[in-house]
Amino acid sequence: MRFAYLFILFLTTNVVVVGGAVASETALAVNGGAVTEYMLPNGMKVIVKEDRRAPIAVSQVWYKVGSSYEPDGITGISHALEHMMFKGTKKLAPGEFSRIIAANGGRENAFTGRDYTAYFQTMSSDRMEISFKLEADRMRNLLLPAEEFNKELEVIKEERRLRTEDKPNALTREQFYAVSYRSLPYANPVIGWMNDLNNMQVEDLHSWYRQWYAPNNATLVVVGDVKPEWVLEMATKYFGPLKAEQIPSLKPLREPPQRGVIRTNVRAPARQPYLAMGYKTPVISTADQEWEPYALEMLVAILDGGSSSRISQKLIRGKEIAVSAGAGYSAFSKYSGMLSMSGIPAKGKSVYDLEQALRAEIELLKRELVSGEELQRVRAQVVASQVYELDSVFYQAMQIGTLETIGLKWKLIDEYAANMRAVTAEQVRAVAQKYLLDDRLTVAVLEPLPLESKQRPRAGSGGRHGG
Amino acid sequence: MVDNRSPMQKTITLLVLMLLSHTVWSGPAIQSWNTANGARVLYVPAPDLPMVDVRVVFDAGSARDGDKPGLSQLTNALLTEGAGEWDADQIAQRMDSVGARMGSGARRDMAWVSLRSLTEEQAFSTSVTTLAGILNTPTFPAAALERNRKMMLAGLQREEQSPGSVAKKMFMRRVFGSHPYAIHSGGSKESLSAMTRDDVLAHYQRLYVAKNATISIVGALDRKQAEALVDRLTANMSAGAAASELPAVDVLKQALEQNSLFPSSQSHILLGQPGMKRGDPDYFALYVGNHILGGSGLVSLLSEEVREKRGLSYSVYSYFSPMRANGPFILGAQTKNQQAREALDVIRKTLMDYIQRGPTDKELLAAKQNITGGFPLSIASNGKIVEYISMIGFYRLPLDHLDTFVGKINALTKEQIRDAFRRRVHPEKFVTVVVGNGKD
Repeated sequence: MRFAYLFILFLTTNVVVVGGAVASETALAVNGGAVTEYMLPNGMKVIVKEDRRAPIAVSQVWYKVGSSYEPDGITGISHALEHMMFKGTKKLAPGEFSRIIAANGGRENAFTGRDYTAYFQTMSSDRMEISFKLEADRMRNLLLPAEEFNKELEVIKEERRLRTEDKPNALTREQFYAVSYRSLPYANPVIGWMNDLNNMQVEDLHSWYRQWYAPNNATLVVVGDVKPEWVLEMATKYFGPLKAEQIPSLKPLREPPQRGVIRTNVRAPARQPYLAMGYKTPVISTADQEWEPYALEMLVAILDGGSSSRISQKLIRGKEIAVSAGAGYSAFSKYSGMLSMSGIPAKGKSVYDLEQALRAEIELLKRELVSGEELQRVRAQVVASQVYELDSVFYQAMQIGTLETIGLKWKLIDEYAANMRAVTAEQVRAVAQKYLLDDRLTVAVLEPLPLESKQRPRAGSGGRHGG
Repeated sequence: MVDNRSPMQKTITLLVLMLLSHTVWSGPAIQSWNTANGARVLYVPAPDLPMVDVRVVFDAGSARDGDKPGLSQLTNALLTEGAGEWDADQIAQRMDSVGARMGSGARRDMAWVSLRSLTEEQAFSTSVTTLAGILNTPTFPAAALERNRKMMLAGLQREEQSPGSVAKKMFMRRVFGSHPYAIHSGGSKESLSAMTRDDVLAHYQRLYVAKNATISIVGALDRKQAEALVDRLTANMSAGAAASELPAVDVLKQALEQNSLFPSSQSHILLGQPGMKRGDPDYFALYVGNHILGGSGLVSLLSEEVREKRGLSYSVYSYFSPMRANGPFILGAQTKNQQAREALDVIRKTLMDYIQRGPTDKELLAAKQNITGGFPLSIASNGKIVEYISMIGFYRLPLDHLDTFVGKINALTKEQIRDAFRRRVHPEKFVTVVVGNGKD
């Protein structure tokens, strides 16, 4: 199953990849080791998946809170709190958490998405206890010192500048979501609007933390070389004593009907135009029919699942309309989602040409049944991906954590292949006809402004020499 | 010394020390052989999952581009555009129809093609036959060359709109001067526009040859099956010759600072010099020394000074990129334009102080604990193991590199690290690049 992680995850530390090619693969999942599920008396869920291939394990604590829980004015607060979780508790000084994990040979980080905030440590499995001990501590005992917050807020603004402000395509995607959603909080960026960051107070974080960080709003996922009984024992020892809280219930948000295409332009310094477009589509929890999200997953894989997909074959090779283009959809989010497409037109082609070409592909999907060969290809990819995913304990934990946190069951992972296998060509055409309509469409276009400064010539040449 | 650590941390440190002294680490058992025509093979059986990872690496990166920057990337990209009787669509369909995943690319030292496939018979046979075709009978169709040329030119444009990419390119050019590592792997507009199919063919025929190849395999194959796989990939490969030695990288003679205006809210700062090579006698000292300085994320000295104490940057780091010849040593950060100078000063001062004083006992212990304690993680998946053994094979590191790794880290002293940094790192002759400050 696909998760659209790339665009929506914000990590506490950036990951610098040095030298060589580290293949990063987005992938799908199933099975492998046995999964055991427990519920602690305080309402905390514990899910353990055994994977004995190497003497390591990953532990992830998932909270049901993310940017889609945030009201206007404090956008970005879940992500800001994620950063502050490393800044000390009643027992540990700021930064000490990370030093202890490091001294135990662990790798750690945290990430915030629209529907979740999660913290993880990957360690030699014989050190795993320390992870539980520290995570339990910061679940309830965070200090949030004001002076640390003031510095960290500057770090977060730098993160926003790095990831969004100075990246024309990222700016375009941000505006795309902002104009597309009228009601759903997916309109807001995970990292928050700059204005909200400028006005954020440490007191805001105190209440956000009290509101959402409690055992009955968390799921512990452990995958690796561990015995489930041992994990339960340790979880009981460290998380068990934590007190449950009254977790606020949110109103069931639904996007109001859209009437007509939404269009927006972004003007920013850039060399290349860029197109982002998308149709509002249902997900598992909002679909009229259970099979619809899987038909959409099938549809998007036919458009952009591998180098033989329609977009690669027809638009990038074939007609040479795009230098790069892609499509994405995930059936797994809390609120309704988006079947999105994006790309950069080839030289001599315009964003308009690219938009028309992508829309022509959509029209074709409404008109004609996809071929048995294409369905078969995607099914083979799903089956293979489920094996490949087992090579990563982290990814296996990620899938379990995501599903549980958006209100679904981890067992859906096991049912994914069967659900995909059951999708018919008629169903693919049916979801195209039902959902890929102008009344659900948003189109955002990046209009490049010159990179060269008007006042000052670019002083790229020369350089200052000195001893 | 006052021990102000919490009781929790004291217990933990004790626990770690006990573990360190009682554990013997070893890497996966690597089997290695050469094919009759001279390709080097490294193989690790991994029977648990019904899949295999294959990585074929040639010494055919942009360091081999000569006066045609971009040639290695273009050649590599064209491998999947046509082979034998197949066109690009057929190659893609063959791989996708069995769920196989192929990757390829070229950087400065290496050009590679990788495959991940199920070992189930039909998938395995289809994907391996396709890979063999791509490696041995590429057709380099003229139309595909034109399209890929345009894509690479578009790639150059994309870099021009990213201050980070502009800074990196400028930095590498300044650090490596006339050395082949100064060549940008993505090429240049002039060079790409002039490139011909003959250039590509010549590059392929000279460098995509058995004696210039390292093949790494990790997966659910026994030795016989691995040998058969290698035979299918290399039987039709010409022996050729290994690429010549790269020239040594000159040390920098004087400091150079280049400031370039860019309409961004942040300035991207890079500073550094040529660093070290694979198999370098100072490898372990510089690696661990850098781990403390800026290679260990939030707990590094640079992160502490630039990010944690002052909130100046989200990302601040340093790294050595060990290559065939001395690769770069880079320190970097990004910060809003107004405080670029301050950030640069803090980075410089942190580095100078560190070179001056060397690591403390505590810092060295923490680094050793982190690196050795985390060692099992770095070889915990087939994907990671194939990357590792491919690097070992390509750079001709000893096959027991992973077995001796932990021991060598543990044997290091703070004096050795201080000495290595003093001999090898010369901030007074650094290249410094700052890109930003150009917002109207």
